[in-house]
Amino acid sequence: MTRLLVLIMGAMATVIFALVVLVILPKSMLSQLQAPPQLKPPSEQELAGRSLYISNGCIYCHTQQVRDPSFTADISKGLGSRPSVPEDYIHDKPHLLGTMRTGPDLFNVGARLPDRNWHLLHLYQPRALVPWSIMPAFPFLFRHKPKADPGDKVLEVPKPFAPGNGVVVVSEEAEALVDYLISLRHDYPAPSNEDQKEVQP
Amino acid sequence: MTETVASPRTQQDSTLEHSKIRVSADEVAAYDHSGRQPVLLGFFIAVVWLLVGTVLGDISSFKFDRPDLLSEQAYLTFGRIRPAHLNVMVYGWASTAMFSISLWLMPRLCRTRLRWATAATAGILIWTLGLAVGTVLLIAGYSDGLEWLELDGQWADPLLVAGAALVGASIWRTLAARRVHHLYVSVWYVAASYPWFLIIFIAGNLPIYQGVESAAVNWFYAHNALGLWLTTINLGLIYYLLPKIIGRPIYSYWLSLVGFWGLALFYALNGMHHLIGGPLPSWMIATSITASIMMIIPVVAVGINQHMTVVGRFGAMRYSPALTLAVIAAMSYTAVSLQGILTALVSVNRITHFTHWTIAHSHLGLYMFVTLSLFGGMYYILPRVLKKEWPSTRLVRAHILLVGGGMILYVVALGIGGVLQGLSLLAPSEGFEVSVTSTRPWLLMRSVAAVIISAGHIVFAYHAYLLAFTHRGSLTRQPPFFELKPVLVKKRAP
Ligand code: HEC
Ligand code: HEM
Ligand code: HEM
Repeated sequence: MTRLLVLIMGAMATVIFALVVLVILPKSMLSQLQAPPQLKPPSEQELAGRSLYISNGCIYCHTQQVRDPSFTADISKGLGSRPSVPEDYIHDKPHLLGTMRTGPDLFNVGARLPDRNWHLLHLYQPRALVPWSIMPAFPFLFRHKPKADPGDKVLEVPKPFAPGNGVVVVSEEAEALVDYLISLRHDYPAPSNEDQKEVQP
Repeated sequence: MTETVASPRTQQDSTLEHSKIRVSADEVAAYDHSGRQPVLLGFFIAVVWLLVGTVLGDISSFKFDRPDLLSEQAYLTFGRIRPAHLNVMVYGWASTAMFSISLWLMPRLCRTRLRWATAATAGILIWTLGLAVGTVLLIAGYSDGLEWLELDGQWADPLLVAGAALVGASIWRTLAARRVHHLYVSVWYVAASYPWFLIIFIAGNLPIYQGVESAAVNWFYAHNALGLWLTTINLGLIYYLLPKIIGRPIYSYWLSLVGFWGLALFYALNGMHHLIGGPLPSWMIATSITASIMMIIPVVAVGINQHMTVVGRFGAMRYSPALTLAVIAAMSYTAVSLQGILTALVSVNRITHFTHWTIAHSHLGLYMFVTLSLFGGMYYILPRVLKKEWPSTRLVRAHILLVGGGMILYVVALGIGGVLQGLSLLAPSEGFEVSVTSTRPWLLMRSVAAVIISAGHIVFAYHAYLLAFTHRGSLTRQPPFFELKPVLVKKRAP
């Protein structure tokens, strides 16, 4: 090649073509999606929990997507009753689909594990509930106090994991994060059958 | 040292044009000198980031073996250290070193001095400031939430855009002032990468996406950051180093063309293969899988082209660490791409998606290809810019053996661990526990590899310090590699 113009025009053409195909076109197509009636917009509290999910990097170990049963075991392993569809994510900004399943998928964790106290203890120390877990503990989402003040919610921590003295008090942050986790349930039917994805090649 | 390369008359192509040019050593030294300031600054900053990123990578790795390690403080939690590792390595180490490499390559390939060198220096500093701000915010809990685009959109990203644009301006200004007719293949890759990076980075960071679009643009960006930025500049560097060190032209001009335009066309469409099975319209994912399979064309073209350039002269690797690393990096590029094409097939992806196989692939690409190529570039470029030789062949040898051996262990261990994890995630009768316990021994092995690689990085940083800041290297009076000394084996070749 001898011409800069060929280089720059060619290079721009390819990347802009891809941008149109993979970003601009889908954006206009997807803008017509309707939120399924059963999918409630997130509350303030759930959004606060969601931003803690982002800032503490849960996404690097957990996905939020259920794939087609024809080539995965997602549904037979109880991650959901149907594959996830674009409508399920309509309120998500940014998306939290994830790329690693170091821990289980959380798309329907609210349906699978509805118990608040389980989640609180699990966040404080996963190994108190699941001995083989390699999930990090998040003690900084709790307060460690000599004794509880009125109105404090005290977390019951089993012996080997409890601090030597004082009590563990649940913070607003931990409550918000658990609210968010419990809100993760997509057990309503998929909005329309056309959106049920066919099998990939 | 003579920079003249005699080439056989049979190669009727632009590579011949370029190597026919007779350039005096003084002239080349003047080109190297013109970019001295930004080139040295960039390499210095890159090595600092490499060390920071190594510590972050090590901590991330150890946390898999000891999940309660350093968990008391929010800023040390895995979910912050790991993205900090990614951002520091990709934008700090690799990208900053790539700035220097581009700024050094362009004057030589355009046969003119570097233009707007001060803008380039400023660009590198602004970029570094942006990254430092972004990383601190990330560790403090301010993340934009998209993998590869975590850095704060308000405080960090504008600085990164400005920094890359300034470096890019210097590159393009130099190109516009070129004194050669033909554009050598490295020029295509390096020059195109800057506008590519700016377009994808700005598109990726616009805060206008919601729901699955946000996933689409996330992976459009991340894949192109790999394919149209990290890959391209390093291919450009390898295309320069191989023929230069061996002293014969690139095997085929046509294969170079196929490799470049094939990559530009197909790579840009690859992004959705990170979301196979995900909740996107299926035509998008099918497009990316098809484009991934088509990548076989540019990958094989580049592989053959580079292999045939070196073939028969592999022995020269004994004398040049830069050549050794460039050859390993070129082979790793072929390997990681073939692995990637395999991973993009649904039948393989159903097993390996979401597992540590992807991490093995990442490091095969970003380490065995990108990082080794950058090390090779630094071994070649630093002595020429500093006008002294690397002080110790023992340190060079130790560095290459530690990082090469460590990374092979890393990739093999996680490759096996990832497949076991994936099979267990698919097995109907196995609980999630099996996927964790069966991977742990392999994760432990990765941590062992992490220690070995880190030792290699310390050796390299120490050696670079000796070269740049002491007079040890200047005791070697000859120009670089004047005296043919085997570097990687003790004995001289017969
Ligand atoms: C290093 C990876 C890692 C990170 C980071 C991580 N987790 Fe986990 N998580 C796991 C693993 C492994 C399990 C399975 C073992 C267990 O239940 O503890 C798990 C399990 C869970 C479960 C139970 C799911 C089920 O179906 O049993 C929830 C809920 C959860 N994690 C939430 C979170 C939240 C919220 C965060 C961020 C604050 C987080 N995780 C960060 C690895 C991780
Ligand atoms: C000392 C050497 C290194 C060690 C120990 C190391 C370790 C790690 C660890 C533990 C992870 C997280 C894996 C997970 O989440 O399961 C990771 C991810 C990553 N590392 Fe490294 N790393 C090293 C060098 C590098 C270098 C030099 C680069 C780039 C130039 C790099 C780029 C990345 C990227 C891009 C990811 C994210 C991968 C993905 O999401 O698939 N690493 N690394
Ligand atoms: C033709 C070439 C390639 C193809 C088809 C390809 C394919 C893929 C696929 C399918 C994935 C997603 C895996 C998953 O999540 O299940 C992936 C991830 C990745 N690839 Fe490649 N790859 C190619 C070349 C490369 C090269 C050259 C590099 C490095 C320079 C690279 C670096 C990465 C990284 C870092 C990831 C992880 C991204 C993340 O999750 O953060 N790949 N690749």
